[in-house]
Amino acid sequence: MKEQPKQETIPLNGDEAIALAAKQCDVDVVAAYPITPQTIIVEKFSEYVANGEVQTEFVCTESEHSAMTACLAAAVTGARTFTASASAGLALMHEMLFVTSGFRAPVVMAVANRALSAPLNIHGDQSDSMAERDSGWIHIYVENAQEAYDSVIQAFKIAEDTGVSLPVIVGLDGFTISHTLENVTVLGDDAVDQFVGERQLPIVLTHEGKTVPFKLDPENPMTMGPNALPNYYFEFKRQQEEGMRNALKKIQEVNSEYAKLTGRSYGDGLVDNYKLDDAEIAVVVVGSTAGTLKFIVDQMRQEGVKAGVLRLRTFRPFPVEQLRSALKNVKTVAVMDKAMSFGGFGGAVFGEVRNALYDTKEHPTIVNYIFGLGGRDATPRELRKIYDDLLKIDKKGNVETTVHFLGLRE
Amino acid sequence: MTTQEWKFTAKDIASKPDLFLSGHRACAGCGPASTLRLIMKATRGPTIVTQATGCMEIVGSIYPYTSWALPWLHTAFENAAANASGIDAALKIMRKKGKIKDEHIDIIAIAGDGGTYDIGLQALSGAVERGHDFLFILYDNEGYMNTGIQRSSSTPIGAATTTSPAGKVIPGKLEKKKPITEIMLAHDMPYVATATTYYWKDMLTKVRKGLEVEGPAFLHVFAPCPRGWRTEPGKTMEYSKLSVETCVFPIWEAVNGKRQLSTPSKLIQLSPQKKKPVKDYLAGQGRFRHLFTQQNQHLIDEMQRVTDENWQRLNKKCEPA
Repeated sequence: MKEQPKQETIPLNGDEAIALAAKQCDVDVVAAYPITPQTIIVEKFSEYVANGEVQTEFVCTESEHSAMTACLAAAVTGARTFTASASAGLALMHEMLFVTSGFRAPVVMAVANRALSAPLNIHGDQSDSMAERDSGWIHIYVENAQEAYDSVIQAFKIAEDTGVSLPVIVGLDGFTISHTLENVTVLGDDAVDQFVGERQLPIVLTHEGKTVPFKLDPENPMTMGPNALPNYYFEFKRQQEEGMRNALKKIQEVNSEYAKLTGRSYGDGLVDNYKLDDAEIAVVVVGSTAGTLKFIVDQMRQEGVKAGVLRLRTFRPFPVEQLRSALKNVKTVAVMDKAMSFGGFGGAVFGEVRNALYDTKEHPTIVNYIFGLGGRDATPRELRKIYDDLLKIDKKGNVETTVHFLGLRE
Repeated sequence: MTTQEWKFTAKDIASKPDLFLSGHRACAGCGPASTLRLIMKATRGPTIVTQATGCMEIVGSIYPYTSWALPWLHTAFENAAANASGIDAALKIMRKKGKIKDEHIDIIAIAGDGGTYDIGLQALSGAVERGHDFLFILYDNEGYMNTGIQRSSSTPIGAATTTSPAGKVIPGKLEKKKPITEIMLAHDMPYVATATTYYWKDMLTKVRKGLEVEGPAFLHVFAPCPRGWRTEPGKTMEYSKLSVETCVFPIWEAVNGKRQLSTPSKLIQLSPQKKKPVKDYLAGQGRFRHLFTQQNQHLIDEMQRVTDENWQRLNKKCEPA
């Protein structure tokens, strides 16, 4: 086995950890626009550029729409590209998110998850990226600053895999992760460089009949972003779905490859299970709240309750098989959503999880907890209540309310 | 920059291979299509073209066909200049890192008036402020023709469009055309010019100059649309010529902010009697048909007044040759 490279532990907040990871990935172009709570990422990266610590064209665009456009255009010119956004910024990018994934452009974007207006709120929830669920981007959500750092490095390797060729969002809870200082163990520049490698371009057939790398190149002209009518459009979209399917495998591969290099892994890369093997009750969650839930599970285990946590690390592509297998022995499940789907039957994560489990022979009873909107804190006491509720459902054998609001004044 | 360094002759143009190829789906008599075909003759080497959504983007890129013999990118409507920004940034850094050949590649961004005056203005302003090295070509047919002839902020006063129809109470568009080139000049950019396809040699020279400039350049090309203007397809070049002769669309260029009239407009300045009445330009255009009634005569007078005023103002802004 190869010897593990030297690593160093330094204090970083989530945003700084992400900026460092992007720098170490030797990105060619960063095009971005400031928005809280992402701003530290672009500020830190600007410092790297200003001090000559990284060879990157940093384009301070006049809007997020242009930021995503410039990233896409740079990516199809052959460059490795990175950006960061949140909330209203991500919403302004909405149109270009679909265009970017439709181009199969491997742009990596950190989203410091934040509430959407109105009313205006700069604090953390996941409404912004959950609203982009169907934009064709891979969604990876992290639990802490360490994982934020590790996931950005992994994201380039996943996005740029020619079988995947899709953009990746790395979501980190606004303020809870973005602004909180943690000890983060980081690799040296060389080790990251070696792990990520040079960007490989997919090989495509041009209208001239040439087989060449997919990029804007005067020597091999190709028409990018054409108008596809009903006779071709559907096939383009089906191919995009194929990229997502390939991503399911690639995310797992990269997770284990990274584990060999650093000793750190996040479940199988798709789902991160905590004490689920013999669990009877479990909570499914996305993001940093998993940390507190694990603490509560430890408490409950001491009390003899078989509780567990499933942290959904990858939300798109949705890991159906992994989720089914992880929850196969669990009797009662609560799914947490840090975003609303107004008028829907619970939140987006709830719908997905319940849908995935519907076909399993003995699917568990599943309830939904919407929480933390606009940065409202989910205290250990409140989170503990979810497990207590699950125990009650278990005991009574029926569900009175399926969708709950946690920590809300009503 | 030396003037008239490039000698585009009809023979040169004819012998240079087309880069915007035939087979596209533009309408008969399409001003913008002729403009594009000609403009591409003025390229000087490796070039990447990026286009905003619009007629000229649609007609040349219907999958699996293409009219583009050079690398071409379309991503959305409002962002041709942002595309150019991304391409410019990528080429610059990849050249520096040795990832691509160390040669200059020209970038041309093309958009209609909707993609420039209206929805594309923010991205254009941003890209120019950042100083990206690209030539932005606006083909102005004075409306959203691709979606069925709606009003844009480039549509002239009095014109009927499907969202500014000539009704019983409102006689077409009431607002003046936005002075886009003045806005671009205010960005203090190295090269801004106007051109029309009829004076093709002048237009091609301006394209080349825009490419030669380091940093952003802006070329405003007036391009009649027979469908949108309700004109005969065979008269496109006539209207292109009349727009200059009536001073509705004078042609000029500004190098580093110093503005000079181009020859056809300069000749009118020197011999004002050659200036034709605006009415000559309006007549025969279906979009202005409703103006030729007694009740709307005042609008034609108003258009003549606005044209004269703009022309006088332009004359004052131009430096003597």
